[in-house]
Amino acid sequence: MSELLIKNGFVFDPLQGIRGDRMDIAVKDGRIVETSALQHPETIDASGMTVMAGGIDIHSHVVGPKVNVGRLFRPEDKLFKSPLKRCNRMEMGFSVPSTFKAGYDYARMGYVFVNEAAMPPLHSPHVHEEIRDTPIIDNAAMPVFGNNWFTLEYLKNHEIENNAAYTAWLLRATRGFAIKVVNPGGTEAWGWGLNCENVHDPVPYFEITPAEIIAGLIETNEHLGLPHSVHLHCNNLGNPGNYTDTLDSLKLAEGYTPKNNFGREQVLHATHLQFHSYGGDSWGNFESRAPDVIDYVNSHDNITIDIGQVTLDETTTMTADGPFEHHLRALNNLKWANTDVELETAAGVVPYIYSPKVKVCTIQWAVGLELALLSKDLMRTFVSTDHPNAGPFIRYPRVITWLMSRAARDATMKTFKWLERTIDATSIDGIDRELDLYEIAQMTRAGPAKALGISNTYGGLAPGMDADIAIYALNPENMPENPEEIEKALSRCACLLKDGVVTVRDGEVLTEPPKRTVWVDVKVPENAQVQRDIYEHFLRYYSVNLGNYSLFEEHLFNPRVIEVDTTQ
Amino acid sequence: MKTVTLTMTNPPELYLEGQNITPDAFAGKTAAEIAAIDVWEGKLKSPLGKYFTVEGNGGATAAETRIILRGDCSRLKRVGQQMTAGEIVIEGDADMYIGGWMKGGKIHVKGNVDSFCGLAMEGGELIIDGKAGHHLGSSPRGEWRGMQGGLIRVAGSAGNDTATFMNGGTIIIGGDADIHVSTHAEGGTVIIKGNAKGRVGGQMVKGDIYVFGQIENPLPGFKQVGEVEQEVDGVKARFIHYIGDLGERHPVSKGKPVYGNIYTRI
Ligand SMILES: [Zn+2]
Repeated sequence: MSELLIKNGFVFDPLQGIRGDRMDIAVKDGRIVETSALQHPETIDASGMTVMAGGIDIHSHVVGPKVNVGRLFRPEDKLFKSPLKRCNRMEMGFSVPSTFKAGYDYARMGYVFVNEAAMPPLHSPHVHEEIRDTPIIDNAAMPVFGNNWFTLEYLKNHEIENNAAYTAWLLRATRGFAIKVVNPGGTEAWGWGLNCENVHDPVPYFEITPAEIIAGLIETNEHLGLPHSVHLHCNNLGNPGNYTDTLDSLKLAEGYTPKNNFGREQVLHATHLQFHSYGGDSWGNFESRAPDVIDYVNSHDNITIDIGQVTLDETTTMTADGPFEHHLRALNNLKWANTDVELETAAGVVPYIYSPKVKVCTIQWAVGLELALLSKDLMRTFVSTDHPNAGPFIRYPRVITWLMSRAARDATMKTFKWLERTIDATSIDGIDRELDLYEIAQMTRAGPAKALGISNTYGGLAPGMDADIAIYALNPENMPENPEEIEKALSRCACLLKDGVVTVRDGEVLTEPPKRTVWVDVKVPENAQVQRDIYEHFLRYYSVNLGNYSLFEEHLFNPRVIEVDTTQ
Repeated sequence: MKTVTLTMTNPPELYLEGQNITPDAFAGKTAAEIAAIDVWEGKLKSPLGKYFTVEGNGGATAAETRIILRGDCSRLKRVGQQMTAGEIVIEGDADMYIGGWMKGGKIHVKGNVDSFCGLAMEGGELIIDGKAGHHLGSSPRGEWRGMQGGLIRVAGSAGNDTATFMNGGTIIIGGDADIHVSTHAEGGTVIIKGNAKGRVGGQMVKGDIYVFGQIENPLPGFKQVGEVEQEVDGVKARFIHYIGDLGERHPVSKGKPVYGNIYTRI
């Protein structure tokens, strides 16, 4: 029986509406309990410090084959950056860290749950092997559906029930968590050297449009009542003028309402929206359209977003958006990896330097911050860097510091070569808003947990929830003058409890409590047609046997199953 | 200038990682303090004094420090790595990565060196009286930002993959060069006094290569454009001028595309 009492901290828990009240949090056997339930607790003195639930990352590429391609083809990402064995396992890498470093670094920042943003279904064993090797943090992984032949064929004929049965089968086969959609239709088109540049651009050979894929998957998701919503990486990522395509994509959610038992209120999560909020029609007149996009999101409460903040680092881009990576390679002439995953998806990897000397990069930096700072509902607007695409996740403390401090933003902007043009092309200089710790807790804990449908377990501090608790050396009544101190405090939390175990102290990892794999098991009615379709597709198209496709039980590490029953 | 003399008296059984043997690390230290500096044999860390006797103190700064290495240093790697100033003399052979990521100062090796020497060099001088192994003045694995500046002079021959991704600086090879010279280069100069085996300038964007002897197997991506007379490393000679690699992208400067140049002596 382990009992812990975190005393006197300033507690921020948006799920309960607690706004920095000075109070005690009680922990017993890995769960949060009422303080009255403790008898002889050990105490942790949190006076003068900030107490929040462990952080939740809704979108990050940390495990799986394309991450590993990044590790393999960027040995220079480790050069002179990996000298130390500080913990149980060796840490290495910067933008594509080793699995061990990823787990330790998230823990040092006070994070406990990371949702892997794209799992190629065929390679789910690799994803789960890396999940096992990523210490401390709980992981879920979203299989990609937006270019899957089954999905395209069912949705072409609007067969929602069949698509739902297939989705349930694939979630189980891959031990997946939610429906991820990357450049719907465009990645399949990439197999023919083509792309779908807007939601009405038909997918070659499938007679379906991205719009039909997105709407069909939203219907499928709500038909099943999954914990998370459709998680969408829109078409035409990264291009000047793409904000109209983004608005067209977001409008597809109109008229749909969430149906689930998990407290989720959105039907669409639009990810790394920074990459999708651009105006202009060339790199010359490239500009921010973040205000237009976030205005739309502000007035439609069935949508959530994460920002995909550019951190101005040298990083590694990686996405199932194959055509985009090819396009990027042509822009920067650096090395490029490209792969096709039969029937399902593709992927590309290209290194990228977001330089404060390059106008497009500094405009991108401003766009991400505009989205957050112009948001009217931070329970629907989440911190991300689309790790590692817009920057490595270890920069979250810096991103948060930019959000909390105009002075921090100004200091960064002073380093821009094209400051005037960046100011002209964005609204960033006119924004004085500085977020407070409650709002940061919304964007990094409560909001993402609710959007993922896991807010009964993660993201809050109510009795009964997992005792995942981060303590930061930040006094909300006396915040540091120097914004760098905020970044430092958030980078190395004063204390992290994972499942009630003191895991990090003063930024140092002390121990590695067993991590979990979170997946969603959906019970659907027997569907003979879908079973036959699966059997026949494996016979005709796949290079692997159906019997070898599903994840073998031994690949699944310490599962936490979320059950959904649609048969009742 | 103060001189620190290291004499290898207890050679390692494995190879010794000597990245701390630099004027920068020795500056301001006494002989006893220098003997306590870390070196690695495999994964085992030991004080430098386990392998070497140390005579003399370091200078006040790197620039005022000269290091002389005596004895059998053929299993010693990474000497002078990232050094910014000062001088190192290795009196015999040395192993890999000598002068890697060097920023300034001078290294003189009186014998042969193995591969990866002068890797990603930014400045300074690396003089080798013998021959060099592979990846001389090349970029580190995966890296597209290779040698930026400085001078590498090898009296003998060099192995393959010299000057990969070279961006600046000069490499002079007294003897022959094996395959792959200046692959992906975007600047810099390589001078080969002997023959080059082949694949010279593959995917080269910019930069110059002089070959005084023959290129055994020239690449089809280079086109002969004329003859020029030039003084190269103190020798005035006529060369056939080729541009390329025509299969690669080329930047445009003042309305004209910039190519990589290969010159072979007539
Ligand atoms: Zn992503």
